[in-house]
Amino acid sequence: MNTLDALDAQSQRTDVPDFRAGDTVKVHARVIEGSRSRVQVFEGVVIRRHGAGLRETFTVRKISFGVGVERTYPINSPGIDRIEVVVRGDVRRAKLYYLRELRGKKAKIKEKREKRVG
Amino acid sequence: MDRQVKGILGAKLGMTQVWDNNKVVPVTVVQAGPCVVTQVRTAEKDGYSAVQLAYGAIDPRKVKKPITGHYAKADVAPRRHIVELRTTDAADYELGQEVSVEAFAVGTPIDVTGRTKGKGFAGVMKRHGFHGLRASHGVERKHRSPGSIGACATPGRVFKGVRMAGRMGGARYTVQNLTIQAVDPENNLLLVRGAIPGPKGALVLVRSAAKAEAKKGGVAK
Repeated sequence: MNTLDALDAQSQRTDVPDFRAGDTVKVHARVIEGSRSRVQVFEGVVIRRHGAGLRETFTVRKISFGVGVERTYPINSPGIDRIEVVVRGDVRRAKLYYLRELRGKKAKIKEKREKRVG
Repeated sequence: MDRQVKGILGAKLGMTQVWDNNKVVPVTVVQAGPCVVTQVRTAEKDGYSAVQLAYGAIDPRKVKKPITGHYAKADVAPRRHIVELRTTDAADYELGQEVSVEAFAVGTPIDVTGRTKGKGFAGVMKRHGFHGLRASHGVERKHRSPGSIGACATPGRVFKGVRMAGRMGGARYTVQNLTIQAVDPENNLLLVRGAIPGPKGALVLVRSAAKAEAKKGGVAK
């Protein structure tokens, strides 16, 4: 245990769902426009989770009007309203940078099927 | 000149980050105090007014007898470190009084003094930020050297104070005008925006900023 763990725990979020690279998520982010704030949804594939603890971030990639867009969020950011896992992906890497070179069908990630027990 | 300085001794615990208004703020955590006042210097008796603070646990058997007597005068248990703060409001302090992190409010500008990390014998690139020599174009085994250190027969010597390689770090250093991000009186913690000198566990002195008032163009009340 590190010295500052207790302090870090105060700013750590507990409502983050379990997701990993390859999953498709909806990020509900709070956007402040002037005086009012609204929630903006960014949906895409998680291509990485980076760092650990309070500093951990994740990057979501989507294709918007034919252009690849990536957004990186701190996982503990209070600016995120909530994270929703849409589809679990079946991937064999922790970092999916190879998706940047792929287009169309090749950039599609297989959905993960839960294996039946017994 | 009326300069009221608040101060506290503490130990640097390390750096982390906190969220403020949805923005990440890098903070250094200082476990500060509680300190005790061991002596109050007055203009009449000592020629200047200051307050002496002591901090840190120590086995009383390890304290030298004259120092033990000094603590006994203030009627407090011996501490490991002593520091004196020049402040005009020293008369407001009493012997044996405790100074805790509550003396500092959130948002106040502070100076933090500490001993920097020792870097050992360092070359001029690391120690003074020299650029070194070229990577190619005929430079051989001299890529991190300082180059010329002076002229030829006139003056025929190297001037004093020419920057060269040598011991780096391990020196007293003050970072000015930092801000207090948060105060945790329960755990005696101060969260200071930005970095402060020294390794984790090092002794640091947190003081009211020396230049913050001057910048605003007014003298504090």
